[in-house]
Amino acid sequence: MIPAPFAYARPTTVEEALQAIADGGEDVKVLAGGQSLIPVMRLRLAAPETLVDLTRVAELRGVREEGDELVIGAMTTHADVLTDPLLAQYGQLIVQATETVADRQVRRRGTFGGALAHADPAGDLPAVALALDAEFVLAGPGGRRTVPAAEFFVDYLTTTLEEGELLVEIRVPKLGEGWGVRYEKFNRVAQAWSIVAVAAAVRREDGRIAEARIGLTNMGPTPLRASATEAALVGVDVSMETVTAAAAQAAEGTSPSNDLNAQADYRQHLAQVLTRRAVAAAVGL
Amino acid sequence: MTAVEDPTSAVDLPAAKEVGQARRRKEDARLITGKTTWTDNMVLPGMLHLAVLRSPVAHGRITHLDVSAAKERPNVVAVYTGADFAEEQGSLPCAWPVTPEMVNPGHPSIAVEQVNHVGEAVAIVVARSRTAAADALEAIDVDYEPLPVVLDMEQAVQDGSPLVHDHTTSNTSYHFVFDAGDAGTGGDTEQAFADAEVTVSRRFVQQRLIPAFMEPRSVVVQPSGDSYTMWSATQIPHILRVMAAMVTGIPEHKLRVIAPDVGGGFGGKLQVNPEEILCLLIARRLGKPVKWTETRGESLMTAHHGRDQVQFIDVAADRDGTVRGLRVRLLADMGAYLRLITPGVPALGAFMFPGIYKFPAYRFECDGVFTNKVPTDAYRGAGRPEATFAIERIMDELAVELGMDPLELRRKNWINTEEFPFTTVAGLEYDSGDYHQATEQALELLGYDELRAEQKRRRESNDPVQLGIGFSTFTEMCGLAPSRVLGSLAFGAGGWEQASIRMLPTGKVEVVTGSTPHGQGHETAWSQIVADELGVPFEDVEVLHGDTAISSRGLDTYGSRSLVVGGTAVVKAAEKVVEKARVIAAHLLEANADDLEFTGGKFTVRGTPGAGVGIQEVALAIFAAHDYPEGIEPSIDAEATFDPENFSFPHGTHICAMEIDTETGFAKIRKYACVDDVGTIVNPLIVEGQVHGGLAQGIAQAMYEEAIYDAEGNLTTGSFVDYLVPAASDLPHFDTGNTVHVATSNPLGAKGVGEAGCIASTPAVVNAALDAVRHLGVTDIRMPLTPERVWRAIHAGGDGGDRAAQGSNAYGGARTTESGIQEAAQ
Repeated sequence: MIPAPFAYARPTTVEEALQAIADGGEDVKVLAGGQSLIPVMRLRLAAPETLVDLTRVAELRGVREEGDELVIGAMTTHADVLTDPLLAQYGQLIVQATETVADRQVRRRGTFGGALAHADPAGDLPAVALALDAEFVLAGPGGRRTVPAAEFFVDYLTTTLEEGELLVEIRVPKLGEGWGVRYEKFNRVAQAWSIVAVAAAVRREDGRIAEARIGLTNMGPTPLRASATEAALVGVDVSMETVTAAAAQAAEGTSPSNDLNAQADYRQHLAQVLTRRAVAAAVGL
Repeated sequence: MTAVEDPTSAVDLPAAKEVGQARRRKEDARLITGKTTWTDNMVLPGMLHLAVLRSPVAHGRITHLDVSAAKERPNVVAVYTGADFAEEQGSLPCAWPVTPEMVNPGHPSIAVEQVNHVGEAVAIVVARSRTAAADALEAIDVDYEPLPVVLDMEQAVQDGSPLVHDHTTSNTSYHFVFDAGDAGTGGDTEQAFADAEVTVSRRFVQQRLIPAFMEPRSVVVQPSGDSYTMWSATQIPHILRVMAAMVTGIPEHKLRVIAPDVGGGFGGKLQVNPEEILCLLIARRLGKPVKWTETRGESLMTAHHGRDQVQFIDVAADRDGTVRGLRVRLLADMGAYLRLITPGVPALGAFMFPGIYKFPAYRFECDGVFTNKVPTDAYRGAGRPEATFAIERIMDELAVELGMDPLELRRKNWINTEEFPFTTVAGLEYDSGDYHQATEQALELLGYDELRAEQKRRRESNDPVQLGIGFSTFTEMCGLAPSRVLGSLAFGAGGWEQASIRMLPTGKVEVVTGSTPHGQGHETAWSQIVADELGVPFEDVEVLHGDTAISSRGLDTYGSRSLVVGGTAVVKAAEKVVEKARVIAAHLLEANADDLEFTGGKFTVRGTPGAGVGIQEVALAIFAAHDYPEGIEPSIDAEATFDPENFSFPHGTHICAMEIDTETGFAKIRKYACVDDVGTIVNPLIVEGQVHGGLAQGIAQAMYEEAIYDAEGNLTTGSFVDYLVPAASDLPHFDTGNTVHVATSNPLGAKGVGEAGCIASTPAVVNAALDAVRHLGVTDIRMPLTPERVWRAIHAGGDGGDRAAQGSNAYGGARTTESGIQEAAQ
């Protein structure tokens, strides 16, 4: 379990980090919390020439408020997320999902931005970001650009991040009055990845569902939205019957994988059950 | 005035016995904080590091192997291949030829021409640092000509199957039979089945498991002249010394083996490992100290595995539930080679299939089968969990067939307490116990009636979460083992254990035990025993172990033998110390030895109040040796070797209450209660810890763990991401209790507890899951009970099927057989 040799840079600002990435040659990897990268390096499944370690880039860490949005620094750790007062007030879906990430030790080092940039469809945060229509702020040699979550996740472990670019912050809408949320995770042991999980944020208005945002974890090579269910929920009365009927469409358009934990048809079944449970919990049924 | 306490008055008070105290383990501080010398912590001057290149193919001929580039890598000292050791490596030992005809194809430590499982060593880099050795592995060039891969036992035993070893004539290593009719311990099994009113036949799968000990294996060898010292993270320093000497030709007296503190084993370190032999060979060749420490990936892939049986089991009974006969046929996966006791594990299980029931007839057959997988060998319980699972599962199936309560069926057939000692149909003499009492106590701990009522409510309301209750009323054979019995089973060693006690001049006591711990708490328990036997403070006792130069004789730790056999040797040694000290004390007290009483560490003269001498004072007196009787040696040190005349038979009742989410298939233990009878309890805290750990492992077999190979023979579950070992957060609270019926085969009355939880729990969990969903048409669910399997069994029938592993090796679905024996024999 010894990584292959690599060069190492530890910048302290975003600017230095971009420079280090530019200087790092073709095979440069950015190290955030290292909870996914270090294991694959130790197994020699990854052998980058250069590692750019962001842990000393203080400006990338923390959560702030900007109007109707929360801005989460990419290097904010999961442990930070769980204790942040702004997220406690406006970001409960993120908090709930983060609570289920691995174990205490991993949450201490692992970061919000690292988990998103890694883009593991079995990771818990990508589906949450997608459900929230988060915006990803990417810094590059030519300046900054903002990418919506729907465009950020491209394929299995693949994002729209270009060579030389860095994910610096993530903007999510504040969910306030009227919103209920639930992250419903299904796995075999507490510290494992999701076999399937559902992130639901639902807004109630006058006893009806006004808006529903549902993200699916591990139902395809990227996180997905349960669009058919979302559409079916809008305007319906809040009842187990309506929620169950809408949730029956949760697996539409998904293409989950077969692996040790589940075959595709079982995952599609789970998506329906978990969507029903997540939405029901989110609306307080 | 100050009252001065007369020190002699304490003698009159009953001293608190150490045995029975829940002492915290004295060794834990250093073990838990790591402030000890684990083998991998060893650093010796000039020490070199080994890294092993392992085969990525399950079966193939090595057609090209070029290590020249690796030799040029920085800090590399040497690179070896099988060709370098072909003449001197011999074969790793197999100590248990279970039948005279057993085929042992031989087990090279490093492959020479052919590889037979993924992970087999093909080259070794020796370098000045561990990292340099690991880096150089990448420069080795190997080509393999693939051979057909044999993975499925049921296919492997068919005529025309490709062979794992082309110099053998079939993939069957041995055919072992125990027939109670032939042995004179039971009636004619075929006749019993022919006459039976009811028969039930099932095929159960014992999945392959990985011992997954916490401390990876590690070996250091230091040559010194023509002598060698080996440190190894092993359970068996004594056995390893003998075997390594025989394999390498290093004379036994020139080889010292040390097992320092060892971080778990579960049977997985009951082995003579290829790397231990290779370290010796390389240290001998280079004349320098070498170290090898495995990575976790290497550990999961190449350390021996456990279980892996297909079990065909038939039970015959009367309509009223009285059992008439039991028939078992096993296919046991040996893997690619026979390691230390690979063939013996299922054969040992042969004697436990009848469990606690009074079967009048019994026949057992087992085929050991070669496949292109890592060898199997001992894993916590070793043969007994497999047997217990099969009998406790089939008893439930029989109860269903008869429409009887599963507990009622058990009560009808189990041995009653007044029938002990009871000779079973397998020829074992069970020592003691009360199955009724343990069961009643466990039912109470569980809150049985309340849970049965809730189960009924959930069933009636068609609740998506169904509840089930499962039983396991088990026994096991422990205290391995009477040497003569091992001899009759063709085992290559005895089963005695040795201890010695050294009385130091200051009165402190060194206890040397041949039973080497790897986490069990021997130091604490042995100290408690000796404190009572010698009447010295617990703190005055130090326990030494694990070094063949310190503990010259021993047979190490496995099979719940340490306390039963090793602890008894300690007692016997202590008795000798007291007897030797008595002679000296009599001399010092100018009394007749026969008039001395020994209590609380003090010799007193009967009828002469006030006259007395402590055993610790005697130790000083005999160290000085200025004044002692003529004709005796000036020492009260003693040693003893104990060879038990029988096994001990712990038993217990384990009850699991299981919730099944029928929508997702998720199984969750609602409550778990068990009452174990392990005989005399020396330390209740250690006993409870052993039960908890055993339960975790037994539950893990039922619910979490499974070593899966893909169609090419790669271990799919090669990391802890895929090989799921449950953590505390995944396990329920355990309600545990004990009954105490002392063992009759040793003076301590201890029966052994190391494996009980692991042996008993697995069938209780599976029986509970089936009880929750049987009304939905489910008759079996294959282990582990993954949510997907449970869901499929509920919604699609069958036993849940294989897990997707991109072409799994497929045990084939479980199915009900008319007669498993005939079918498997075809």
